Amino acid sequence: MKLLYFAWLRTRIGISEEVVEPPAHVATVADLVAWLATRGPNFATALENPSVVRVAVNQEYAKPGQRVAPGDEVALFPPVTGG
Amino acid sequence: MAVRVQREDFDVGAELDALARDDHGIGGLASFVGLVRDVSGGAGASAMTLEHYPGMTERLLAEIEAEARRRWPLSASLIVHRHGRLEPGERIVLVATASAHRKAALESCEFLIDWLKTKAPFWKLEETPEGERWVEARDEDDAAAARWDAGA
Repeated sequence: MKLLYFAWLRTRIGISEEVVEPPAHVATVADLVAWLATRGPNFATALENPSVVRVAVNQEYAKPGQRVAPGDEVALFPPVTGG
Repeated sequence: MAVRVQREDFDVGAELDALARDDHGIGGLASFVGLVRDVSGGAGASAMTLEHYPGMTERLLAEIEAEARRRWPLSASLIVHRHGRLEPGERIVLVATASAHRKAALESCEFLIDWLKTKAPFWKLEETPEGERWVEARDEDDAAAARWDAGA
């Protein structure tokens, strides 16, 4: 699974992308965010408030209950501020 | 019917001319241009850097544009959004819509910028006298975008 991080999620986590193999119990977007938060203090800090983390699966906005699969591209980012 | 995400500036007049030139059924052409505002209050440079998600950003803009075309009888539409480092006064975004009549053009233009601001994956990093700061999403922008959901 390819993960992408943008804006302050990228700067707090310290990387812009990585490839991961989540454990088998990670079935949904919410599971993935919860698991990522256990991967170190930088992840824990960046993901401490999941309500301000937006997630896109294969470049489409995803809700917490949406399923994720090994080949997916999953992006995590804060609320958008363009325009 | 076009969406562009680019680092370079754009020429508003040339873009609007090109949009309406070949369709004489167009009676109204509306546009919105977003500029980098100086947030330092004169205390120094306050440039910003716009980050985006290549691929998803273009896709989202195309979806938003398609939604506008479902809601209004548009003859033409254009969204150009810049990324990278921009100085105060520089253009960030152009939204333009054309229709036979002004109401569809004006309303759809406002709809596009409202939805773009809350849905398209762009993030602003401001350079302030105190250092770099990620701009936070504003409740007013969410409220402005939500207005268009009522009739959907």
